[in-house]
Amino acid sequence: MLLRVEDIHKRYGKEEVLCGVSFGMMKGETKVIIGPSGTGKSTLLRCINRLTPADQGRVWLEEEEITHTRTNINKIRAQIGFVFQSFNLFAHLTALGNVRIGPMKVKRMKKDDATRLAREELDRVGLADKADAYPAELSGGQQQRVSIARALAMFPKLILFDEPTSALDPELIGEVLEVMVSLAKEGMTMLVVTHEMGFARAVADEIIFMENGVIVEQGTPTQMFTNAKHQRTGEFLNKISELYGETG
Amino acid sequence: MSFEWEWFPKLAEGLPLTLQITFSCIAIGIVLGVLLALGRVYGHRILRGICIVYIQFFRGTPLLVQLFIVYNGFPNLGITLTALQSGILALGLNTAAYQAEYFRGAIQAVRGGQMLAARSLGMSLPQAIRYAILPQAFRLVLPAWSNEFILMLKYSSIVFTVTLLDLMGKAKRLAARDSRSFEIFLVAALYYLVLVFIVSTLLRLLEKRVRIPGLGAPSQHR
Repeated sequence: MLLRVEDIHKRYGKEEVLCGVSFGMMKGETKVIIGPSGTGKSTLLRCINRLTPADQGRVWLEEEEITHTRTNINKIRAQIGFVFQSFNLFAHLTALGNVRIGPMKVKRMKKDDATRLAREELDRVGLADKADAYPAELSGGQQQRVSIARALAMFPKLILFDEPTSALDPELIGEVLEVMVSLAKEGMTMLVVTHEMGFARAVADEIIFMENGVIVEQGTPTQMFTNAKHQRTGEFLNKISELYGETG
Repeated sequence: MSFEWEWFPKLAEGLPLTLQITFSCIAIGIVLGVLLALGRVYGHRILRGICIVYIQFFRGTPLLVQLFIVYNGFPNLGITLTALQSGILALGLNTAAYQAEYFRGAIQAVRGGQMLAARSLGMSLPQAIRYAILPQAFRLVLPAWSNEFILMLKYSSIVFTVTLLDLMGKAKRLAARDSRSFEIFLVAALYYLVLVFIVSTLLRLLEKRVRIPGLGAPSQHR
């Protein structure tokens, strides 16, 4: 098991956002988390790499317990890519600079090597020609692809995607999903919070449906779309397919 | 009103000292100001409290009083500094408080996602500050900070009160000798005006040089 999440609880003030979430991921798997907004999907992702500390519960990356207080969290985070809804590219660095900085500063890679690596990763997301552009000079779709390249340059064991296409104009979603689909097919382990059902159908090994801080149901896309056990799952899937279509 | 040519070179003798004091205190102010700002933003309760007290003290008391405390008061504590050291230290400690507030504003103006992105790559907090937050904060702070630089250039004139012969000190001495205060101080004012013009032009060039598309408002000048 590459990632094991066990009984995660998180509350903000009086409201319990996560009420005991558990699941696991094997190497090379792609899992998609869906569910109404406010059900703790993003919080769950952040609890995994401790950007938000969980109140209770444990998370393991392979043999190492991430949630243990004595774990060097920086070392763990360097192995887990995180792609944000709002990209969060470093505004003062070019696309190349954004991809290169992690390997250089966190992994102490030499500048020349990091630059070469960064160019390869930019090429992989189809942005070799934008290496010298600053984030403000790129479209949302391009920025998100750079941020995926930034995650890839760390050679992560796993990448967490937090609604990677939700902030994008509809016509820019496709280029980002395309990159994600090819990553999934190359065997990257990916945990994706998204409403893009086309993407889920195309590459997800499993869909996890969350509501009110718990996992209601999980299963393969075929199971979930044709044969959901819970009524809520079916309702939600229908509604979301109507709303977002299947751009994947 | 008539001017003596000899005043110009006489006053100019004070320029090196004025520049030395200004640049030294600005340098102290940058280092200490950044530390104070970081302490205020990222420090735990006690550190934050110390920084706030420091900043409030130096912003809440007159610069001249601060200078006299250092120059006239410190010897009572057994710390004797030369007039130049006192001038640089007092001005430096003072501008640090103001610069700290500018830096704090700029650090807080850097978007929250930048810190998250840096930490998610595995950077430690100091690394994230160093590589993600400060480079952006420095660019955001430049316009306000340039003002502070120019203010210090002018405020440095108070060091004449501790016997230093900077531009102002020279003017004061000459005015006493020739009894021509009006003209002599006008010449001193002219020198300050030229200095301010040069410094603000250089700062504007710096701002242009380090500018990055999409980061901060298009540069404005006063």
